[in-house]
Order: sequence, then structure tokens, then C-alpha cells
Amino acid sequence: MFSVILSTASRYLLPLMLIFSFFLLLRGHNEPGGGFVGGLVAAAAYALYLIANGVDEAKKLLKAEPIQLMALGLLLAVISAFISVINGQDFMTGVWAKNEFPVIGKVGTPPLFDLGVYFLVLGIVLKIVFSLAEEDK
Amino acid sequence: MLNLILIGFVASLLAPFIYKKTRNYFGWIAASFPLYMFISFFLKYNEIASGSVIKEATEWIPSLDINFSFLLDGLSLTFVLIITLIGTAVFLYAGSYMKDYEHTGRFYLYIGVFMTSMIGLVLSDNMITLFVFWELTSISSYLLIGFDHHKESSRKSALQALLVTGGGGLTLMAGLILLSQISGSFEISALYDMHDTIVGSNLYPGIVILVLLGAFTKSAQFPFHFWLPNAMEAPTPVSAYLHSATMVKAGIYLIARLNHAIGGTELWQDTILVAGTITMFIAALLAFKQTDLKKLLAYSTLSVLGTLTMLLGIGSNLAIKAFFIFLVAHSLYKGTLFLVAGTLDHETGTRNVSMLGGLKKYLPVTMTAALLASFSMMGIIPLVGFIGKETVYSAILEVDYFRFFLLALAVISNAFVVMVTILVGLKPFFGQLLPTPKSPHEAPVKMLIGPIALASFGLLSGLFPNVFIQKLLDQSTISILAEELGITVKLWHGFNFVLLLSFVTLLSGIGLYYFRKQIVQALDNISLSNFLKPSFWYERILNGTLSFAKAQTKILQNGYLRYYIIFIILTTLCLAGYTLFRISGISSLEINTELTIYELIIGIIIIASTILVITSDSRLKAIVALGVVGFAMGIIFILYSAPDLALTTFAIETLTVILFVLVLYKLPKYLKFSKPGSKIRDAIISGSVGIFMMLVVLLVTAGEMQSDLKKYFAEASLPEGKGRNIVNVILVDFRAIDTLGEITVLAVAAIGVYALLKLRLKEEDQ
Repeated sequence: MFSVILSTASRYLLPLMLIFSFFLLLRGHNEPGGGFVGGLVAAAAYALYLIANGVDEAKKLLKAEPIQLMALGLLLAVISAFISVINGQDFMTGVWAKNEFPVIGKVGTPPLFDLGVYFLVLGIVLKIVFSLAEEDK
Repeated sequence: MLNLILIGFVASLLAPFIYKKTRNYFGWIAASFPLYMFISFFLKYNEIASGSVIKEATEWIPSLDINFSFLLDGLSLTFVLIITLIGTAVFLYAGSYMKDYEHTGRFYLYIGVFMTSMIGLVLSDNMITLFVFWELTSISSYLLIGFDHHKESSRKSALQALLVTGGGGLTLMAGLILLSQISGSFEISALYDMHDTIVGSNLYPGIVILVLLGAFTKSAQFPFHFWLPNAMEAPTPVSAYLHSATMVKAGIYLIARLNHAIGGTELWQDTILVAGTITMFIAALLAFKQTDLKKLLAYSTLSVLGTLTMLLGIGSNLAIKAFFIFLVAHSLYKGTLFLVAGTLDHETGTRNVSMLGGLKKYLPVTMTAALLASFSMMGIIPLVGFIGKETVYSAILEVDYFRFFLLALAVISNAFVVMVTILVGLKPFFGQLLPTPKSPHEAPVKMLIGPIALASFGLLSGLFPNVFIQKLLDQSTISILAEELGITVKLWHGFNFVLLLSFVTLLSGIGLYYFRKQIVQALDNISLSNFLKPSFWYERILNGTLSFAKAQTKILQNGYLRYYIIFIILTTLCLAGYTLFRISGISSLEINTELTIYELIIGIIIIASTILVITSDSRLKAIVALGVVGFAMGIIFILYSAPDLALTTFAIETLTVILFVLVLYKLPKYLKFSKPGSKIRDAIISGSVGIFMMLVVLLVTAGEMQSDLKKYFAEASLPEGKGRNIVNVILVDFRAIDTLGEITVLAVAAIGVYALLKLRLKEEDQ
């Protein structure tokens, strides 16, 4: 059940939704949003693309394996937890840069942790969606 | 001391790699390591012997009072010296003995870990650290007994040893925790001044039973003795080291170590005395019928372990002295005899005593070691075993009650041990030469040094007891009894009653040996009922546990998702529901009946779609209706100003619908609907869950909770977490470790989903 309209729309919606998901991630620290919901929205974007174009196309577009995204997410979260240890502080103490950056805002380990959550959630949902959508071989 | 232990673990880990490079002379390299330990501790000898106690502590988890604290006094030094000395002999011996095995590198890893943990165990001054090392010795023993893992009997024996000693380890931990509840500290040295408080406490009987269960299982006391003979499945160096000289003495060490803190009561002394005496006697009787060299030695070890326990149970000054001498003597001669047994097995191809004889020409050096050790074990002057046996008898003569009964049991047991010794240590070498599977020849030098060295130590400490034993004996008795005894150890006490007893023992032993065949035949006619054998009960319990596990798995995890969910829900419902009714006054709940028009509309939508979900005849309809319920919930979150929750709910609901759709077209159409019976059951379950959740929510929101958390997070969020969104700051900063745990679980769950979906059993596995 291929639909030209949905397929075309998904090509434009995908980047928009990804940008939106990133926006959610970044604003999470001050306004509603955050890594978890950001990851879910990003995953929904790919899921929409998958429904419109099939699982192979979606995989091709993603380039990375979902499980790599999960690993990346966990790795970022763990790294963010250990930065303070290197600094000589207790495990998981928040470390912040002194200056604010444009667009991103304040930089520190909690947002890095949030980024980890974002990738992890994206990876998990896509792993499940891809597994379900794939034809049995 | 911590450094030495850390070095031990690191060296053990490296062993397999070094072994690969230096296969042929690895025995020497390996032996240098326990020798190094031996020397490092031996250098402390004078310091300890002059009465000082070395303490050392490194913080591990100071907030829980768990530290790497070590205590080197007479008792622990004695044990450490035994462990490292016999370790040196065994490591060197194994270099030759284990050559033809596969994975010899791994063997050294296990035995190295064992030795290090055993040293840690006897040095620990902290109960938790002691427990950790205790369990490590059980685990390494498991790996070593099961070293020939392709044999089923090895695996079975290994598991048996692990279950028995591991189970005892758990009761030990419980006992130690109770003990620390009274003393307020996990440090063992802190217990010493609190004897009266501990003994007077309500918890005291519990502590004694739990601690002694741990000690008895580890030291194979009756009725837990059955695992030790089975553990003889291990390669012989392991039997020599773990199952005669060191690990099985850990339980006895523990009793000795805790004796002056929690001992001295009738409960403690009598339990130990009775268990020890029974073990001593029964093991000696059981040894009688054996023909396997190692089994014979194992049962005689059991008998000695029983004697040692019995001596601790008697607890008099003389008994403690006898305990100490006997401990040292036994480690020396039994280690030697096990190694000799291994050599005989290795060089002749059999361990059956009835097939061995007349080997003195072929294995002269091994025979020398065997003779020295055997004479010590039989208690012949001038070896250290003689002093040991003499002191044991004199200690028993001092007992107030049942003196002659105990004495008779001890003499009989020792006579049996003498018989075992003749069988193991003398018979293979003398008499007529018997044909063996392999043509016999002397063992390589690596397998000679160890037994000879240990046997000579036995001779030297017998001849010069005041040099080798006296000083440490004084210090050890202080550790056990908290007082110095100032007794001297002498080889010769003159002609007295005790000497006569030694003589009687020896003669009856020789007599037993000569009439062995007739007695064995007579014994064959008597068959013990299974109910009297502890191993029968062990089998029963093990099989019972397995079949219970199987049965409950069949009911609880039967492969139907709906039943899994029902069980989870019902369990929660019962436990939480019970607490809810017991603790809180349900009746006092007030339901706020004021509704806005929005809430009313949402409520109606939710109810309508729920009805649609449960009545629809197509999956798609049901899923869409379920989605509507979810979105309606999200709107409620918005109404109550929780945008974060709403946002997440919407995203989740969207994805859920997508996931369902993906699954949907793979499923068959509804073919049958639930029967009315199960519909009613489901309705009752889901109805009560709904009501339960409602009550919980009402209860939670009924009163303003007395908590500063809300205020704290609201105030700290911006200055400390640098964010205005409190929810998110909590998630990624204040409580980030929770989140880290959660996302890890999520990742594992995703892998699980993947495995469930993609796992296709191969044809033959189906």
C-alpha cells in the first residue's frame, strides 16, 4: 500500500520532525521537553518514513544500526557521569562550562547526559520498530 | 597486607598467559609466588612471637563500616604460614602433575585465586571482608573440583560442594550481621571486649547456630561431611591443598577466631564438642571400607577435622594447645600423604590400594616422604604427630563429663586412622610387588621436593618443638582464649597413662589392618538405611527443589502472556492492597466532586473509548480506541499543568499505535473470543485493579505530603542545576543515577524484544 502523497510528505516531514526533536532536547532544561521526549519524536519521524517508504529505505536513511545508537547513548550518559570524577569531584556531580553558547545555551554534563538519553531512546524505539517491520527471513 | 593480597589476585590472573610461554618450567615460577608470600609473612614471625599484633586497614565502604582491615596475630600467622608453605609445595608439584591436563594455565588461575582468598580470609578483621573471602574460597573450590568438567561426576561433586559450603556461607553472613547488630561494628577485634553483652543478648542462640552452620559446612562436620569425600574428584594437588590442609580448616579457623568473643557458653561449647566427636568417630568408621587412596585420606581428614572441632569444644587450655599442635601436624603430614597418593597414581596408573605393593625399589624418595608422614600420622615418636596425639589424649582426660566415653571414641577413631595410614603410606611400598597399569618409576624432581620438604618439617617440629611450635602456640592461644597459657611443648613426657594410650592406639590400628578383610566382609552384610545418610537427604532436597522449580515454572511461566500479566497484577494487588487496608483509613477519604466542563467531557471520552476497546470485534478498532484513551489522559495532564508529562504521553501514544499497526498485519484475525467464564474472571481482575489504583491515587492526593523535597527542588533547580524545568533537572541532574539505571534497563529490554522477535530455533532444537 504505497502512497505517493505520504511518501513525498514524509521526505519533508522527516527533517522538520528531527529539527523539532532536537529543539525539544535543547529547550528541555528550561521549558517542557528533554531527551526522552526528543528521542521519541525523532523515532516517530523515522517510523513515519518507514511506514511511507518501507523498512529498507528507512534503514538506508538512518545509516547507523539502532543498536549503535543505543550504545552511543549509554556511552554518552556514562561519560557525562565520569567527567566530574576526572575533575576530582564526586561521581555524577554536574560540571558546567562558564560561558553560554549561542543556540545550545549552557554547556555541561547534565545536557550531555540528556543527549545520551535522546540517542538511547531513539535507538531503542527504532530497534523495536525495525525488528517488527522487517520481513522474516 | 592488602598489597600482598592484591598482588596475589593480579598474579593469578596473569598465570594463564605466563603459562603459555613457559610451559615446561612453570611449576618453579608458580611456586616462587607462595614462597614469596611465605617469606614475607615469615619475616613478621619474631614480631608476632614477641606478642605484638599487626593491624592494617584500608577504607572500602566506610559509610557501612566495611573496610579492608587485616589483623596479623599468632592465630592468623600460623594459618598463613601453613597456607603459603603447603601452597609452595603444591604449586611446584602441580607443575609436573598437571602437565598432561588441558587448561593447566586456568588451573593455576583458580588455585592462585584460592590461595589469595584463603590468606585474605584468615587475615580479615572485618566480618564482611571475611565473608567475601570465605565465598571466594568456596567458588574457587567449586571450579577446582569441577576441573575435569567433561566428567559428570566432577560436575556433580563440584556443585554439591558449592551448594553445601555456599549455603553455609549464607547462614554465616546472617550470623555475622546479627553479631554486628549487637556490637555495632563489623570489626572482629571490636567484639573482644563485648563478650558478656553478646552472650547475654536475645540474639545469641541465633548467632551461634548460624555461625556454626557456616563453620560446620565449610569444615565438613557431621551431618555435612558428605561433600568432602566426593570432592576427591578434583586433581590431586587440589585435594592436598584445599581439601585437607587449608580450605576445610577455614570453618575451624572461624570457630577459633570467634571463640573468645562469643564462646564459653554451654550452647557454643557443647554443640561444637558433639558435632566434632560424631564427625571424628563416624568418619573413621566410614574410612574403613574404602580402597581408593584419596578416599581413604579424605575420610581420615574428616576424622581429624572432627577431632580439631572436638578440641575447640572442650575448650580447656590443654585442649587449645592440643588443637594447635594437631592442626600444624595434620597439615604437614596430610598434605604430604595426598601428594604421595598423587605420585603413586601418576607413576603407576592406579589409586586402588589393593593393586599397589612392593614399590620401594621404584620410588625410594617418595617412599621416604610417605614414611615420615605416615609415622607422624600414626603418632610415632619422634614426629610432631606424636606430640599432637599425646596432647589430644591428655586434653580429653581433663574433661569433667563423659571423660572415658570420649577417650574410648578418640582411641577407636585414631586406631582406624592408623589403619588408614598403613594402607596408604606403607602398604604400597612393602610386601610383594603387584602389577600396575603403568610400569612404576620414580617421580620427577618437582613432585619430590614438596612432599619431602613437608615431611621433614614434620620431623623437625617433632624433634625441636620449642623452636618450631612453642612461640606461635603462645600467641595463638591468646587469640583463641584471650589469655597466655605459658605451657611448654615437649616431645617426651615419660612413661605415663597417655603414652600407654598411644601404644594401645597403634597396636589396635595394626590389628585392624591385619583383620581388615574379615571385618570388611562382615560389614558388607550390614546395610545402613538410607534415612541415616545425610547425603540421601541432600539428594532429596536437591531433587525436591528442582522439581518444585519445574512445577512452579509450569504454572507461573507457562508461555501465555496473559497469565504472566495476571500473576504480576494479582501479586501487586494482594500485597499492596493488604497494606493499603491495614495502614490507611480508607473510610476517611473524601472525593472531590467538583468538576469542570472540560474534565467531564474528557471523562466521558475515556469511558466511551474504554467500552469500545473491550467490546470491539476488530483489533484495529480496539487499538485506535486505546490510543484515544491515551491522548485523553495526556489532555488531563495538560489540564493539571504538567506539560512535560503530556508531551511524553502524546509521543508514547503515537509510537504505541505505530508499533501496534506494525504487529497487527502479522496477526491472524480474531478467531475465537474469550469464553464467558474467563471474561468474568478478567472483568473482576481488571475491575479490582482499577479500583485499587483509584484508591491509591485518592490516598496519595488526600493530604498535603509533609515533604521538603518539592520546595528544595523548586529552589535548587536554577542555582544548582542551571535549569528552570524542574522535572528535567531532576531527571538529568539531581536523580541522574536513577535515570542512568532506567535507560540501561530500557536498552536491555530492547535487546530482549529483538531476541524474542528474531530468535528462530534451529530445526533440531525445536
